[in-house]
Amino acid sequence: MQSDRQASLADGGADPLLCLRNLTKSFGRHTVLRNISLSVASGEFLTILGESGSGKTTLLRILAGFEQPTSGEVWMAGEQLDPLPPYKRRVNTVFQNYALFPHLTVEENVAYGPRARGVSFDEARTRVTEALTKVRMQSFRSYRPAKISGGQQQRVALARALVNQPRLLLLDEPLSALDANLRRQMQVELKALQREVGITFILVTHDQEEAMTMSDRIALLRSGELEQVAAPDEIYCRPATSYTAQFIGQSNLLRAAVRHGIARTGSMEWPVNAPEGSVLFSLRPECIRGATASPGAVRFQALVLDSAFHGASELVRVQTGESQTLTVRSSQRGLLRGNVELEFSPEDAVLVRESDA
Amino acid sequence: MFSRAYKIWVTVPPLVWVAAFLVLPYTLMFAYSFWSVSAVGSLRHAWNFANYGRLLGHEVYRQTLLRSAWIAARVMLFALLLAYPLAYLLSFHTRKGKDLLYQLVIIPLWVSYLVRAYAWKTILGTDGVLNTSLQYLHLTTHPLHFLLYSPFAIVLTLTHIYIPFTFLPVYAAMEHIPRNLIEASHDLGASALQTFWRIIVPLSMPGVVAGATFAFVLSFGDFLAPLLLGGPSGVMISNIVVSLFGAAYNWPLGAAISFCMLALVIALLWLSERLEKRWARS
Repeated sequence: MQSDRQASLADGGADPLLCLRNLTKSFGRHTVLRNISLSVASGEFLTILGESGSGKTTLLRILAGFEQPTSGEVWMAGEQLDPLPPYKRRVNTVFQNYALFPHLTVEENVAYGPRARGVSFDEARTRVTEALTKVRMQSFRSYRPAKISGGQQQRVALARALVNQPRLLLLDEPLSALDANLRRQMQVELKALQREVGITFILVTHDQEEAMTMSDRIALLRSGELEQVAAPDEIYCRPATSYTAQFIGQSNLLRAAVRHGIARTGSMEWPVNAPEGSVLFSLRPECIRGATASPGAVRFQALVLDSAFHGASELVRVQTGESQTLTVRSSQRGLLRGNVELEFSPEDAVLVRESDA
Repeated sequence: MFSRAYKIWVTVPPLVWVAAFLVLPYTLMFAYSFWSVSAVGSLRHAWNFANYGRLLGHEVYRQTLLRSAWIAARVMLFALLLAYPLAYLLSFHTRKGKDLLYQLVIIPLWVSYLVRAYAWKTILGTDGVLNTSLQYLHLTTHPLHFLLYSPFAIVLTLTHIYIPFTFLPVYAAMEHIPRNLIEASHDLGASALQTFWRIIVPLSMPGVVAGATFAFVLSFGDFLAPLLLGGPSGVMISNIVVSLFGAAYNWPLGAAISFCMLALVIALLWLSERLEKRWARS
């Protein structure tokens, strides 16, 4: 079921809600987005992930209508979106610092959209109550934003956007202002809410963990270009580039020489289906384990350098023969020390394209 | 964190300053307002409320107070009507040359008050720029006399002079409105006009109150504009105070009027602060 869903979402499905076509945005001589093409399916939760300065917020602002693309088009449900002003789009935004109106109460904030769009008083009232109930903020309806906590403001911002029944909801780093515990809780809530309302969410974040836990698909943006767009498990297990491998989760990059279908690095060698020459492999720390007698595994000697305890697991840095340092995830604390023999399965070493610096 | 000696050195001079130049003279003036002047002009230290009684009982004083307040109210209104759109335009709809325009609004503040008042005199006078132009264009046959030496001239001049004081707090309040609130409003489907009335106006109210208070208080106590441009019909309360302290030589009555004005202004400032707080209750 889940994999079916993901398969249909892989390219935005047959009938995507949102289509970005060759989107480019420059500020003066500085190009922020370069040739972005992307489809988003109806009901999908897409995360645009990237470092600060990668252009992710600009991309979101183009979708909201606060910025005009320099070239390229945005289509939503068969209608060209980019010539429309923000207030004519069925798109709503949850702003980074929530941007709640300080002079209005929670209820007035949520009612702002329906009132501006001329929804009748009674219907607006019903919808506001419904939206506030959905985010469990009913009892705070007469409070002003300054009087409620960050997490509560976050919920109000969500209600204020959802009350307008948008086709597309944009979330700009919505959880970045919350502390770690609350953030994890909100991740779960946000995901559940998205499933419940069935609206397409596009979330922008620099937090790869947030992207992994919430999204149907992740679009990884790097210096204004899409590096990879894929479901979380795919982007984690089969990163396309060395940048993706290192940005999402932790990864060991192995530079190997391929000759006659055999990859070699240091004393390790394993059969591959790869072009001849110097190539890069990504190997996740949890794919390296203490040597067993499993057939076909690549075995090597290593010296433990140091380790960092992470609760559920321990990250151990080891040095292999030729001054190559690898990170190994060990589920048992203190298991690896001194000289150890380690191994990994050849299929876990994923061939990645080298990202230019 | 700071040594005791340091604390004494930084706090004592301002305290001495305030005591010597504010508390002392005001106390003295307050005492004066309960005294009186004898027929031969000597000061009588008889403590009573006679001056305040005279002030409230006399038609001239009451009328002049009311006229001053009415002039100040009009200055406040016109200054707001001109400064608000200007501040709005500059804060929200100007990108290039914003600093230059801002400077242009502020520059008149560096020009002497007298020069600005006299400028209006040469414009509004019988043979002034305005009257000669109107006659030259055959819009009137005789010079218009109501232009100069009238409350109109005072309101015009004071509005011109105090506009920057109204503009600055309004502009500052607008500059403090987070721009993402404007974006949020558009995002929620509000047009530019709706956003103006429902977001910008309420959030700029503290600035409006402060600017209006400046214009009113400064105009209310003004005495140069009525002196130069007011004529007999444009005498304001401060002119009376000036003459009481000067030619009329009745300091006690002058002091009583001053304290009445002070009380009024303080009441106004208190009210405006209450209003500002109410609007800024975020």
